[in-house]
Amino acid sequence: MQTLSKAEVLAMVPQQRPFRFIDEITELDDEHIVSIYTFRPDESFYEGHFPGNPITPGVILLETLAQTSVVAFGIYLASKVMPKEDILQLLTLFTEADVEFSGMVRPGDLVTVRAKKLYFRRFKIKVEAELLLADGSVACSGSIAGMGVKQT
Amino acid sequence: MSKDEVLKKVIDILSKYSKTDISAESISMETSILDDLKINSARLVDIVLDFEDAFDIEVEDDDADKVNTVGDGVELIMAKI
Repeated sequence: MQTLSKAEVLAMVPQQRPFRFIDEITELDDEHIVSIYTFRPDESFYEGHFPGNPITPGVILLETLAQTSVVAFGIYLASKVMPKEDILQLLTLFTEADVEFSGMVRPGDLVTVRAKKLYFRRFKIKVEAELLLADGSVACSGSIAGMGVKQT
Repeated sequence: MSKDEVLKKVIDILSKYSKTDISAESISMETSILDDLKINSARLVDIVLDFEDAFDIEVEDDDADKVNTVGDGVELIMAKI
């Protein structure tokens, strides 16, 4: 099968603005993936979380981890075993997560997501992932998994 | 390894993923992994990986697809050890 480039993988991630939390995939191979994203000051959730004190919600950090390490990485690994047209028929669903939050992410922060594969079997992917702030500190980390299922 | 020993190890593995209380007495070979033990179908991959590690076997994806009951899992393992 084909080996997709980092840009091709990103183009196949179905999530789009305002719910796309990957700007660029910077490293990608069979064992790991790295991406970057800058949280825009005008992201819709900052208005309410919290008024006058914008902090990126933990669920958004988890989504940011998952879009790179489960969705994008899953698309790449699936591309090794199935044609691109078939991958586009799959939707990656979140299956489980065990994460810890250890830092705050503010509007304008550039974050790096790093993930390494634990396994990819029968279109289920499980990774160990972390979301790092620009100073290298960890804001969110843990193991997360998802599964590609055929859209009906 | 006897069938009873395999069953005991299988129950230990399944209990990690079940949302109900599992006791050895309440499980038979006919117990459905998804319906009776309330295990999420996405966990079947993890369960098969645990079978591989615990019994030092390799399970083909086609064989894994046939595992519905506790007995299916036990028979699959018995055929490979």
